[in-house]
Amino acid sequence: MPQLNLVYFAWVREAIGRDEERVERPAPDVTIRAFIARLAEQGGGYCQAFAEPDRLRAALDQRFVPLDSPIGEARELAIFPPVTGG
Amino acid sequence: MNRVSIQAADFDPAAELAALEACGGGGVASFTGIVRGEGGLVALELEHYPAMTTAQVERIVQEAADRWPLLGIRVIHRFGRLEPGERIVFVGTASRHRTAALEACAFLIDWLKSQAPFWKKEHFADRTAWVEARAEDDARAESWKR
Repeated sequence: MPQLNLVYFAWVREAIGRDEERVERPAPDVTIRAFIARLAEQGGGYCQAFAEPDRLRAALDQRFVPLDSPIGEARELAIFPPVTGG
Repeated sequence: MNRVSIQAADFDPAAELAALEACGGGGVASFTGIVRGEGGLVALELEHYPAMTTAQVERIVQEAADRWPLLGIRVIHRFGRLEPGERIVFVGTASRHRTAALEACAFLIDWLKSQAPFWKKEHFADRTAWVEARAEDDARAESWKR
């Protein structure tokens, strides 16, 4: 099965307790929002990190995308809070 | 001459300005961001997305290059642990005339704030806190959309 690399930043990373992991990639039409709802069912830090999806932002293969984007054939999904650089 | 550096090390604004002045234009504009020591802040920790940051900042620089007639763009963004008074970010632009240099400089820093994958964590003596994105910063970035 194709794999998906998940990467987390800032308080999402801290809540989950890791910065990266590999999972089985879902069907291409599954959206990021639906996928993180599934991850949240694992409970613990995932549930805490993904409790309020509207506080989260995402990137697929290092490009910012809306949470309602399908994961498609991406190799990397990053999940993080709104950026605060500059 | 457009150049992006994402680095832990400090930089020398005078040397960066001199390089922009050497682009042969009539004006150079710049912005240097510095860690504010308000509220007992001990340090600011900047995290970023190494696989994405440089490419994303280069896209922002390209957008500026497409929109204004610039002779040079320089962006430096630091990451890691920074103490109050330390420089965080540098944006410099060179152009034949002031308007392009000043506008592009403002655009670049506004977009870096809302479109570059960096996250700031504040360290105080007794606690830490992730900085929340400000609606005002998003609005400023949005105002450059066309």
